[in-house]
Amino acid sequence: MFSRILTIAGQEIRIGIRNRWILLAAIILAVFSLALALLGSAPAGTLGVDRLTITVASLASLSVYLVPLIALLLAFDAICGEVERGTLLMTLSCPISRFEFLIGKALGHSLVLSFALVVGYGLTAGLLVAAGSGSLDGLVDFGRLIVTSILLGICFLSVGYVLSALTRQSRTAAASAIAAWLFLVVLYDLALLGALVANPSSVFAADVFPYAILLNPADAFRLFNLAALGASDLVGGMAGVAETLPFDPMLALGSLAAFAGLALAGSALLVRRIAP
Amino acid sequence: MTETNFHSPTLSVRSVCKTFAGLKAVDGVSFSLNPGERVALLGHNGAGKTTLFKIVLGFLKRDGGDVSVLGSAPGSHAARAGTAYLPESVAFPGSLTGREVLTFYARLKGESPAAALPLLDRVGLADAVKRRVGTYSKGMRQRLGLAQALIGRPKLILLDEPTTGLDPISRQNVYELIGEIAGQGTTVLLSSHALTELEARTDRILILSRGKLVADDILSRLRAQAGLPIRLKVWTRPEDVAHVSECLGGGRMNGRSVEFDCNADDKIQRLSAISALGGLVEDVDVHAPSLDDVYRHFSNAANRES
Repeated sequence: MFSRILTIAGQEIRIGIRNRWILLAAIILAVFSLALALLGSAPAGTLGVDRLTITVASLASLSVYLVPLIALLLAFDAICGEVERGTLLMTLSCPISRFEFLIGKALGHSLVLSFALVVGYGLTAGLLVAAGSGSLDGLVDFGRLIVTSILLGICFLSVGYVLSALTRQSRTAAASAIAAWLFLVVLYDLALLGALVANPSSVFAADVFPYAILLNPADAFRLFNLAALGASDLVGGMAGVAETLPFDPMLALGSLAAFAGLALAGSALLVRRIAP
Repeated sequence: MTETNFHSPTLSVRSVCKTFAGLKAVDGVSFSLNPGERVALLGHNGAGKTTLFKIVLGFLKRDGGDVSVLGSAPGSHAARAGTAYLPESVAFPGSLTGREVLTFYARLKGESPAAALPLLDRVGLADAVKRRVGTYSKGMRQRLGLAQALIGRPKLILLDEPTTGLDPISRQNVYELIGEIAGQGTTVLLSSHALTELEARTDRILILSRGKLVADDILSRLRAQAGLPIRLKVWTRPEDVAHVSECLGGGRMNGRSVEFDCNADDKIQRLSAISALGGLVEDVDVHAPSLDDVYRHFSNAANRES
């Protein structure tokens, strides 16, 4: 079983290397994070906060947009693309179960994403440390950011697999992946903020809003990271809610993990029904 | 081909039905294949060949009937472990090399990649093992797919139109390979449109028409059943055409030749009558009904019934 899962995962990684997906994702993450670190954290010195930490705060917001996008782009083609090309017929005629196939794909894509995150963000962290503006605490913050980004990535990889298993054509899957990204990452927040601004002191703000944030993996990710930094007062914006939350921020991490698990289980169920 | 076989059948299909949105794609099909048999599955586009393959592989659920692959249910681990499949059209990941693709499938099948790699030589891809599959021609991709199907000596190989896109020499190589593996006891079921090339290369022929199995026998017996005439064409000088036609008891005159049909039983008699004409005859063509003709006969007969 494990050798078959590793075979599928290995193939995904190899394809990721060959068509330069890994390289591209790592470069994008490195460029954006470097830009944020070098330009965005200029005033950090006057605030007396570790420059690494303040960079992590900006990177958490960056991850919310970039990581889901990269994950969806990796995953949308995973099932319907193989159906379209006829390779799924051949792969599934081998003695491999559909579950093993899906887990192999997820493992391969997660490793591709992890590599890009570790290299991209690691480069930024390394440069900051080399420039003498980093501490051990800052590095811990960086490590937490990378690990939770991987978890966020797995959430969106799973969303991608669900969409890929539901559609018959890779073009449709690509369009629905973009729609999912737009909804979960952009529109969901806008809608929540809009509702909050419209009635700031209602039941919504106290009882619905915090849990609505918890349900969306992108928001849960940001919430957990900013709360863990303890720097929310510095960052402002949505992070301000972290202090007034009716629950422990660890719950956000749990929600992230639960979302990943449920979405992956959902895609595993859908893959069982596929007629390749 | 002997009718008595001491082995249990590799594949047995009994009254299998499958309906798609009211259309009977497979309608009461029964047959069984024995170890080492090379069997061709013929049928027009949409006759149900690929559907039948997918049912045997367990990808599609049948509406009725029984299928047993190597004594197990289709799609079960045991069935898949002993079965190999080459789909009709395959697009391997273009950025991988031929060797990497074959290694991938060897690992999935639990075989050693080192033992599988010589298969690339066998299908004539020795020079291309390190090239990206994206640069392969259609024929090369088809041969890579065939190499994939041969990994680990499966007991049953299903090939969906294995020779499409291949040049005549590669086709011949494919049939040589099929003969070789069948000689080692593997059952080969292949579907094809290129009928004439199947002659003498398959042990048995199944003809599928509109989801129904309309023929299942060896070619010579199918020929006899069809009762198709043998066409004789006698070439002569233009001035002797009328005379020759008269001596042979009629037939269509065609400038320099006379054409007529005869039954298989009369063939020798007719040929000796032709040779008795001596110098009048310049040449004789004997055209036995080809597999195309036999196929058309059975396919049309089924269409008339429905």
